Amino acid sequence: MRLIPRISTATLVLAVALVGCQGEEQTEIPETLTLISHDSFVESAGDTFDAFTTETGIEVELIPAGDAGSLVNQAILSKDNPLADVLFGVDDSFLSRAVNEEIFEAYESANIDTVDEDLRHEDNLVTPIDFGDVCFNYDKEWFDQNDLEVPNDLDGLTDPTYASLTTVEHPATSSPGLAFVLATIDVYGEDGWLDWWAEMRDAGVNIANDWNTAYYSDFTRYGGGSSIVMSYASSPPAEVIFADEPPETAPTGVIEAGCYRQVEFAGILDGTEYPESAGELIDYMLSVEFQEQIPLTWFVFPANQDAELPPEFVEHTAIPESPARLAADEIAENRERWINEWIGVMEG
Amino acid sequence: MKRIRWGWVAVAAPPVIFIGYFFVYPLIRILVLGLSELSVGASGVEARLIRVGWFTLWQATVSTVLTFLAAGPLTWAVSSFEFKGRRLAMALATVPFVLPTVVVGTAFVALGWQESIGAILAAHVFFNVAVVVRTVSTLWSRIDPRIQEAARVLGASEWDVFWRITLRLLRPAIAAAASIVFLFTFTSFGVILILGGFRYATLEVEIYRQAVTLFDLPLAAALAIVQLVGVSGALYWYSRYQERTAVSWTLERGTNLRRPKGRARTGVLFATLGTLIALAIPLSTLVSRSVTGTYYQALFRDDPVVGVPAHSVLNSLVFAVAATLLATIIGVLAATVITGRSGELSRWFDLTLMLPLGTSAVTIGFGFIVALDWPVDLRATRWLVPAAHALVAIPFVVRSTVPTLRSVPAETRDAARVLGASPFRVWREIDLPIVSRAGMVGAAFAFVISLGEFGATSFVARPASATIPTMIFRLLSRPGQTSFGMAMALSVVLAGLTAAVVMAIDRARFGELGSF
Amino acid sequence: MLQVENLDVVIDSKPILENVSLTVADSEIVAVLGPSGSGKSTFLRAIAGLVEAATGDIRWDGRSIANVPTHRRGFGLMFQGYALFPHMNVGENVGFGLKMAGKDDIAGQVEEALSWVGLEGFGSRQVESLSGGEQQRVALARTLAPRPDLVMLDEPLGALDRNLRQKLVTDTREVLEERDVTAIVVTHDREEASALSDRLALMRSGTIVQTGHLEELLAHPADEWVAEFIA
Repeated sequence: MRLIPRISTATLVLAVALVGCQGEEQTEIPETLTLISHDSFVESAGDTFDAFTTETGIEVELIPAGDAGSLVNQAILSKDNPLADVLFGVDDSFLSRAVNEEIFEAYESANIDTVDEDLRHEDNLVTPIDFGDVCFNYDKEWFDQNDLEVPNDLDGLTDPTYASLTTVEHPATSSPGLAFVLATIDVYGEDGWLDWWAEMRDAGVNIANDWNTAYYSDFTRYGGGSSIVMSYASSPPAEVIFADEPPETAPTGVIEAGCYRQVEFAGILDGTEYPESAGELIDYMLSVEFQEQIPLTWFVFPANQDAELPPEFVEHTAIPESPARLAADEIAENRERWINEWIGVMEG
Repeated sequence: MKRIRWGWVAVAAPPVIFIGYFFVYPLIRILVLGLSELSVGASGVEARLIRVGWFTLWQATVSTVLTFLAAGPLTWAVSSFEFKGRRLAMALATVPFVLPTVVVGTAFVALGWQESIGAILAAHVFFNVAVVVRTVSTLWSRIDPRIQEAARVLGASEWDVFWRITLRLLRPAIAAAASIVFLFTFTSFGVILILGGFRYATLEVEIYRQAVTLFDLPLAAALAIVQLVGVSGALYWYSRYQERTAVSWTLERGTNLRRPKGRARTGVLFATLGTLIALAIPLSTLVSRSVTGTYYQALFRDDPVVGVPAHSVLNSLVFAVAATLLATIIGVLAATVITGRSGELSRWFDLTLMLPLGTSAVTIGFGFIVALDWPVDLRATRWLVPAAHALVAIPFVVRSTVPTLRSVPAETRDAARVLGASPFRVWREIDLPIVSRAGMVGAAFAFVISLGEFGATSFVARPASATIPTMIFRLLSRPGQTSFGMAMALSVVLAGLTAAVVMAIDRARFGELGSF
Repeated sequence: MLQVENLDVVIDSKPILENVSLTVADSEIVAVLGPSGSGKSTFLRAIAGLVEAATGDIRWDGRSIANVPTHRRGFGLMFQGYALFPHMNVGENVGFGLKMAGKDDIAGQVEEALSWVGLEGFGSRQVESLSGGEQQRVALARTLAPRPDLVMLDEPLGALDRNLRQKLVTDTREVLEERDVTAIVVTHDREEASALSDRLALMRSGTIVQTGHLEELLAHPADEWVAEFIA
């Protein structure tokens, strides 16, 4: 009778030893990999991961975790016992926090060469998957009817004619709002950006609390009073795709000045049992096959330069030549101060 | 003589375990983690803190008072009279309560009510009228009319009767409704963000900002504690008050509704139509925007981005049924414990059950993330969604059943005991059947809360099945007429579903009573 | 046989009953008579086990029942306000005790109990639709249906009008005698007490002042109060 407990003890020791060895190398192929992301990514994902499952036999389980901020926070809070194998959806504004908390395991994707140097993370802690540009949109019909020229730089916008026709979002409550504030900091520098905003304030710029209000309430296209609204470079194609009867040309256009680029990254969560399979999943997300589905699924642009854009994106929008972008560390360090300074100027 | 009452243990165990595991334990874990400096951020914002705290308190108080004023006429009408469309009116008044804040915010913005304290207060009233109407009318309609008649005979005017008799008898229900409205508005989040912007931040908004945007967990935890202390204080006062004013009188078995005549008829007409029109104005903007295209048909088409939006209805229903069952069972057991035991312990238990309503969604959501991987990892499972919904719904079940349970005369239970019923049988044969009707009111609330819930669950990792509110949010956050129209159409579907469910439950309830 | 010995009951640190002793023989009907607030109801509740005795003992057939919980005592108590279950119909009310005892053929016994009080065929009626007199009789039938060892009636006719009372006093007495029950009736009405019972126990401020037949009490009142109260 005493033999049984001894065997169990031995098994236990062996098991502990095996667990101890693990971490560097993956011993088996998992049935399922979990990918945690923000709600908007997960809810639209549909069958975009089917090809990966067919190829590798691994199912991909997607877990939505709120907005981008909530996602990163959840990953940090659960870093001792990660919620998933891979995280997707961290952008520049939350990246440095995630990096500082050491939640990622570095990984250099086999497909990383297809991505523009500028988008990549220097230590390959995370892998860029897509980017989106926050840009001013204008109502084409309104500008035609009122016989006005569309402004083509930020200085032009401070003209009271245009400023009073412009709606931007509040940087404290809206992510495109914050992105545009960062754009003005990138364009005018720490010394000049607040002066530009002061001019906009005096010339009557409208401020909305969120993208939703700006676009669906304040935009002339939806019955509001602003013909220029801070939105996305992908909004005009969306206006064509999600129209009751798709028009020949998009009813809205993009102003290339003042665009800000947001890059979204994927990373392997430190502590995963399956680092190798997780790497394969990231390779897949950067493959042409997956990347070409990105525009029409999530309305952002593929990071892989070999991926072809769908015709709607070619015809109705433009990828800005030189969008503004700030380093993740700089954003993390100064964001709170910048927002408060902005509030000081705009709200007195 | 002191025996362990196993019956009581059996009744008390499920609610204690549930609230302990899904609320107290995660709450303690996240607060401890926050205060032990996981990461240090910028602090020193006392002035803002005081401003935020003060704003939170006064807007909640004013919102509660205004809600009662707005709900008064309709509550009077549906509690005193039977008239055509009474049940429909009650169902319609419940609709705003379930609509996601983002939808209501959009409707208010469309009406030009943006960025003002007036808009915030109006939205709070709009959301919470149902809480007052339903909670108070449940008790009001069952007051023995002879009590009021007795007062009339003693020389009291109609006004005196209302002021000195009816209102006094209604105190427990009024206190219950007020506490819920106060908690809801005290922890208001979406309404404040959409209609108030950065200038009007409640503690809830500030906790979100500190925790999610700035990741200053120590400050967020400190704020969460301030919020908890404030909420507990209000609740403690409330439970003392309720205990002091609880009067036991024999409730009528059925409701005492008359047909309105003469002046009362005009009054009922104005009260009902006036309230419904006021509530319908924001709702009508949703409807009118949803019918300008083929958006309802579009809900059934496979959208390249969000899938078939109509599927979200099924997901929502499944979650709502699970959450309702959970909340009703736990809530009725909890109410039994609360009313069966007097004293501090039961008061604190009652208070703890109410606390989730007054705890910020971020705190609960993040608490789940750090705590619920033990003993089994529940963090990303299906169980989490109904559990989170139930947490918010249980207080409604408890609040709607406690007054009824308290009003059961002790003699009724004694009679059963003398006739040979063990303590468990007394509960099974007396308390449970009597409370089940009031429990249905709570269940109706639980169901619609789950249908519309967009709070705590948006901060937890969860299974990838979109519910109606998340689908609406998703549609609303992308450009294009169709997206907007579909979001409005889905909102109307949610509103219709709410009204239908509430009406069905009301009917079942009254059918069982046999009064109609 | 019921024996109550030196019973003290204290509620919220107020003494309600002090040193009460009373014996009720098998098949005897005793009336506890006293003014309002003298502790009569508490006395019944103590015998039923609904309130705890501070000191003293209660025995049934010589065995102490102080530690027997209410639902196992097998007594019947008809409450002053009847305490009918509002969510059950007449039949369910009357059958409740039988159901708790796990009896078979509840329907038949319910009908029988209803016939004792002259309410045949009332089983499916709603409680709230009954008149005061009917409610009293349902409460009586409910108390008697499980055939309890001891029947206690708390102001059984208190809430009824005079004419009805006179008829029901006779009816109730008949029902009790036909069943050959041991009973305690609590009342503040001297006539009712003497009509319903074999023997009286006068209670005042929580103590029993005197016991005996009405004639005895009238002839030899223990003190001035007794003389005045029963006059």
